[in-house]
Order: sequence, then structure tokens, then C-alpha cells
Amino acid sequence: MRVSGVEPARLRVRWIAAGVAAVLVALIAGLALGPVGLNPGGVFIELIDLIPGVSLHSGLSPSEQAIVTQLRLPRVCLGLLVGAILALAGGCYQGVFRNPLADPYLLGIAAGAGLGATLGIIGGHAFELLPGAGGSGTPIYVPFAAFAGALVAVTLTYALGAAGGSARTPAVLVLAGVAVTAFLTAGQTYLQQRYVETIREVYTWIMGRLTTAGWHDVLLVLPFTVVTGAVMLAYRRQLDVMSVGDAEAESLGAHPRRTRLVLVIAASLGTAAAVSVSGLIGFVGIIVPHTVRLMAGSSYRVILPLSAMFGAAFLALADLGARTLTAPDEIPIGVVTAFFGAPFFIVILRTSRRL
Amino acid sequence: MRPRENDRLGPHAVSVRGAGVILDGNQIIAGIDLDVATGEWLTIIGPNGAGKSTLLRTLGGLLPFAGDIELFGTPLGRMRRRDRARLVASVAQDPVVPPGMAVVDYVLLGRTPYIPALAGESAADRDAVAKVLARLDLERFAGRRLESLSGGERQRVFLARALAQGANLLLLDEPTSALDIGHQQDVLELVDKLRRDGGLTVIATMHDLSIAGEYAQRMVLMAGGRVVASGRPRDVLTQDLLARHYQARVRVIDGEQGPLVVPVRAGD
Repeated sequence: MRVSGVEPARLRVRWIAAGVAAVLVALIAGLALGPVGLNPGGVFIELIDLIPGVSLHSGLSPSEQAIVTQLRLPRVCLGLLVGAILALAGGCYQGVFRNPLADPYLLGIAAGAGLGATLGIIGGHAFELLPGAGGSGTPIYVPFAAFAGALVAVTLTYALGAAGGSARTPAVLVLAGVAVTAFLTAGQTYLQQRYVETIREVYTWIMGRLTTAGWHDVLLVLPFTVVTGAVMLAYRRQLDVMSVGDAEAESLGAHPRRTRLVLVIAASLGTAAAVSVSGLIGFVGIIVPHTVRLMAGSSYRVILPLSAMFGAAFLALADLGARTLTAPDEIPIGVVTAFFGAPFFIVILRTSRRL
Repeated sequence: MRPRENDRLGPHAVSVRGAGVILDGNQIIAGIDLDVATGEWLTIIGPNGAGKSTLLRTLGGLLPFAGDIELFGTPLGRMRRRDRARLVASVAQDPVVPPGMAVVDYVLLGRTPYIPALAGESAADRDAVAKVLARLDLERFAGRRLESLSGGERQRVFLARALAQGANLLLLDEPTSALDIGHQQDVLELVDKLRRDGGLTVIATMHDLSIAGEYAQRMVLMAGGRVVASGRPRDVLTQDLLARHYQARVRVIDGEQGPLVVPVRAGD
């Protein structure tokens, strides 16, 4: 008798299909387009051919195959991973702080990572550890320095936010993030003024870019993406519970503070790993979860998985734009995401009644 | 009434001995003794700042307290959070309305104590939600967003979430303060019906003394963080007690369902 009853929110097959399709489109486009244009069908067959046990002939020449599998595939994969984790982390922060404007940058993580990277680059010069100008990959210690900086920043923010005692609210934590960001940015600016000779290198990093350094960075970021991504997705229903506030969530038998701690750590670790290989890429963590929310509903059970998929596709396509729009020069990918993302975000804000 | 269930749960739904709460160094309530029988409706009244909401939140397990509080025979302090949420459900004075959330998803939140933290809801949970929606005549609102509902409809949805918890004790903090008199009666009649049909125990705080007296079987008058009077409505709603503790000039009239309290202006 209740056949037409309204069911609780859940991930519909058509949305999963749309997400997978978006990732596939981004993947194929990212592999096929570039200084050497390739046939998308051939690229697709080449991809299938990479699956162990499958042997197909794609019709691509050996050098074209090398472009696909050795040059473009690692970079596209890096874009997919970074995009997925940034979007996922953004969705988590919005849920955990019940703040639609929260994103990986709110808690000072980006500023901390930036300062860490700057210190790493300056230290590298001081000890002459840096390879000659224009090295292809991120020097191994720079990601770790960024990573350490991000962790210091989020710890500072959390400690500062927790100092509020019983008056601790999500808003207090967000304010703490603002203070930490201001402090760390001041340190960053000071260092850039002081060490002008390295400013160009830092600047490149700050604006965000994906490297073409083969699989090195992909393998660096992959374990963090998988582990933190799994944690964030596992807690997606808890985020729905937290949407009624800490007091009501507690009365429902949930542990909102524990959930917040776990998710802040997971999202921050994931963000730091992403930032350490890609630099500071803004807007992904805000645009993607909000767009998903507008399309597929407000439940985090739906928002988080879809954000991961559409975030991956969005960043891979943004990177495609970054390296093809002004070829042979590259635009920093952070500029691309901001350039397309900001107006897009404003349109969403203006046309939406559901935010 | 369902005597078998009452036996299982013990004679008292709530038993409080010498309970006190200190928040930020201030003693908010102190020396509270209270017994509430299973299936009873108890209403807590008192002037602003008397500690009504604090007592209610304490009973809901949301505040640290001194003294002894037992719910259905089990010490509140020793209950795990999930177990407590299956025994006692609260409707806050001004519940948070999550933006964009559909009514059905909101009511499903009431099933939180039954759903493993990192898992999804079961068919039994969805079934429980469907039953509550049907019982409160909310089925046609199931897909609507919570913020698109009127105040009276929303109050029913808040109640539905609490009922979905399947708890035997319902705590209502000012359940009707945002409603017009028609919707006030509507909501309170609904709660009373659920109490009579389902063996629910109800503890509510209320400001409107006449309405409070009509629905409560027993009342507690609080002032300055302490219980200053308790008993049947006609014993608590007296001109003398209300004048002393509310600093109010009132006339108490006998009504069919209990005393009616009418504020009157000074100087007549």
C-alpha cells in the first residue's frame, strides 16, 4: 500500500553512472588532447589494453602509446586523485563545521602547507640540496615539508579552537582557522621578502600545478588518498546526524565531537598529501560538493561519494585546460580552477534556493 | 497501559535523588528529588531562569550532574550513549533545521541509536520511519524539505524524529511555544494520545500555565534551580504559589480539565 512512499536519500544508480561517465570523459580527454592530438577511440582501447590479461591493438604508434601511458596517464591520474580528495575533504569540512563555506583552506591547512614548502625550498637552497633550475619532479623533501606544515597548522587550529572550553562551537574552530591562516601567511610573506632569489620557485608552487614527473608523485599521494578517502566515506552518514548540531546529535546517541576529530584529521591528511604534490589549488573543495548538493540532494550519504567522482573529473579537466589553453606554456592549475570556478560558484549562489 | 512492559522497565520511568548541575561555575539546579511513574505526564513550570530546561537536558543525559538519576531503573551516568538514546528521546526548544533536508531523512535520524556508526540503515529502520510518518499523518510531507513546512507541521516532524527513536520516555522542552493555540492543542493532544496508546512517559516544560495544567497529571514548580512545589495541577497552580514565585498577579479559575490561570492587571 506504500508502494509510492518516499524513500530516504541514497545513492541512485543514475548518479553513480553519471559520476563514472564524468571520470571516464575526463580520463580519455586528458589522454587524447595535448600538443599531439590522438584518436580518443584508440586511447580508450590503449587503456583497456593496460588491464593485465587483456591484449588489444589500439592502432596507436609506439611513440603515441608512450605519450599515453608514460607521459599523460600519470598526470591525469594525479589530477583525478587530487581532485577527488580535495572535493571529499571540502564536503567533510562543510558537514563537520556545519558551514557551507568551509573548505580545505579554511583551517589554515593551505597556509601551513605553503609555509612548510617555502621553508623546504629555502632550506634546500641553503644546503644546496636543490637540483639545477627546472627540475622535473617535486624535490622529495618539499612535499614532506608541506605536509609537516599542514599538520602543524591543523593542530594549532584545533588546539586554539578547543581552548574555548565549554563554549566551544564550530564557529570558534573556524575563527581559530582564520587566526592561524593570518599568522602563517605573515610568516610566508616575510620569508618571500627575505629570500627573493627563491621567490619564483615558491610562487610556482603556490599557484598550484600538476607535474609530469611520471608515476613518482602518483605513488606518493595514492596511499593517503585511499586511506583518508575510505575514512571520510565511511563516516558519511554520521555527517547527516551532525547536521542537527552537537547537542541533538548527542541526544540521538551519536558522538559528534569524536566524529569531528576523526574527520578533521582524515580530511587534513588527505588535503596535505594532495597539496604537497599539486600546490595550492582552490575552489575544488567548495564548488564540487555544492554542485553535487544542488543536483542530487543534501544528504552526505550522497554528497561525499559523488563529490569524489565529480571532483576527480573536474580537476583532471582543469589540468587539461591548464596545459593546452596557452600551449606550449602552462597556466597554473589554481588559476584555471579559480577562473572557471569563481563565476560558476556565483551563478550557483544566485540561481539556487537550496543552499 | 501495558503492565507487562511496565514491570520490565521498573516502577519508575525516572528517579532523581539530590541532583545538581554546575555550568561554568554557576549552580544552575540543586537538590532535585523527583519520581515519575511510567506512563505519567509530568509538566515542569517555573519563571525564566528557574532551571527547567537544565533539568530536562540533564534527564536527557546531555549535561554532567551530581547526585543520582535513574531511568527505568538504570543509573543514567553508567548508560552508553546509544542505549540511553533508545530509552529517552528529546525535542529541543528550538531544534536545528538542517538546510535542504527532506522530512523522511530527518525522521530517519531518529534511528541513529539502532544503526551501527559506519553502516547504513536497515529495512527495519526504513519501516520504522514509514510507520511513524503514517502515525503522525506526515506521509504527504515525506519528500518535502523541512524548512518549507509551517510551524505546526514542523513540530510534528520534530516529534516524529523523537518517536522514531522508539524510546519510552519523551522529553519536550516548550513544545508549543512557537505555535498558535489551535496547533498547540493539536500537538499536545497528539502527544497525550501517544502516551495513552503507547505507554509513553512524558516530561515537558511549559510556559502557558492553563494549557500545562490541562494536560499534566502532575506538575513541578521550579524557582531558583530548586523544586518549590509539586503535586496535582490544582495543588501547584494556586494564586499564592504563582504570586510568590512568578511575581505575577493571577486569578485561578476552575476549569473542566484543570485550573485555568488568568493574568490580571494590578490595581483592580
